[in-house]
This record gives sequence, structure tokens and C-alpha cells, in this order.
Amino acid sequence: MAIEVRIPTILRTYTDGSKVVEGKGDTLALLIDDLDGRHTGLKGRLITDEGALHRFVNVYVNDEDVRFLGSLETPLKDGDSVTVLPAVAGGSL
Amino acid sequence: MLELPRAMVDQILAHARRDHPDEACGIIAGKDGVATRVIEMDNAERSPTFYRFDSQQQLRVWRSMDDADEEPFVIYHSHTATEAHPSRTDINLASEPGAHYLLVSTRSPEEEVRSFRIVEGQVTEEPVRVL
Repeated sequence: MAIEVRIPTILRTYTDGSKVVEGKGDTLALLIDDLDGRHTGLKGRLITDEGALHRFVNVYVNDEDVRFLGSLETPLKDGDSVTVLPAVAGGSL
Repeated sequence: MLELPRAMVDQILAHARRDHPDEACGIIAGKDGVATRVIEMDNAERSPTFYRFDSQQQLRVWRSMDDADEEPFVIYHSHTATEAHPSRTDINLASEPGAHYLLVSTRSPEEEVRSFRIVEGQVTEEPVRVL
């Protein structure tokens, strides 16, 4: 078993067009490292140079926003489902 | 060109007026390039100068669109003191290259509705045809 990761349209250039990919890792940070090994460049779109989750990317583990779970340190186990969605945001300034 | 039924445009304008002076935001789901339904989203920022979809609501809505084979056809938001044109922030944060970005302004009682494509930082205005 592995962790299923749903990739949004805008990031599918990193996954050869795949909507769903699989990975492994005991935390979200480790999962993203694992994915980046096969889908080079994906990590840079999710994590800032300072090592934090990008402010305008939403990541959900089993439908919970990881900002309320432990961010990149959120623990994962086989069978978990991870969803990535770009935040929809903007403003007049 | 973006074609929308009058009722959808009216719903978006009413939403924007109701939330004024904060920015209002939402989407129109679509299927095969045709608008199917307006979904008003909560602006998690509740701000007159910024909007961000509530993340839990966004997940629910995106999943319901997936289930219905819909896509985010239009992403709309209001500007409450400036023109209905994408700001630098709007351009930097645009994350749905396939969507029409609809902007309305509530700065005056006049109807101000404009639509844009925003792809890799390039903004192209397109006509809005209200049916």
C-alpha cells in the first residue's frame, strides 16, 4: 500500500499529466521528498526556499487542511489520501 | 468570449453588493465550456482588499465538481474601491489557467463586469456576452 496523492491541473506538468500519483513517507515533508524524486520540480512548487509549506497551496490529508494538523510534520500512514489544491486568492492591491 | 446567463450575472452582482465593502468571491462551475451553476464561496480573509477561498469549502466544492465532471469555468471576485481589472496580486496568484477570471466592481452603483484570461502572468481581456 502507498499514499495516494491527487495533483491539481496546474501541477500536472510535473506528473506527465497524471491526476493521481502514489508515494510514501512517514510525514508530509518526507512524502513530498519521495514524490520529488520521480516528479522533479514538484517540491519547489509546494515548499518555499525557507522550507515552509507555500502560503498559497492547500494540502489536505484525508480531507483535513494540514494547516490544522501539523503542516509539513503531519504524520502519514499507508492508505492515507493526500490532495493538493492551489489556493484561490487575490486582491485589489 | 465569455457567455453567461443574465441570472448568473445578477446573482454574482447581488453577492458582491451584499458583501461590500469586503471582497466577494466564488466560482461558476461548467461542463464542456458551458456554465452550469454559481457557487458563492466564503472569503476567508473577510477583507476589503483581499480574498481567499475558505480551504475546507474549496475542497468540498472541487470534489463535487469532480464527481459531476465539471470544472472551475469562471472564478469571480469583486473589487470594492477600484476598477474591475486584475491587480498584480490577482495575476501573481492566478492558479487556474483554464478558467475565465470574472471581476466585478462595487465602487459605484453602475454595473461593472469584465472577464480575463490569466495564463502564466499574461492577462487578456475578453468580451462578456450576457444572454
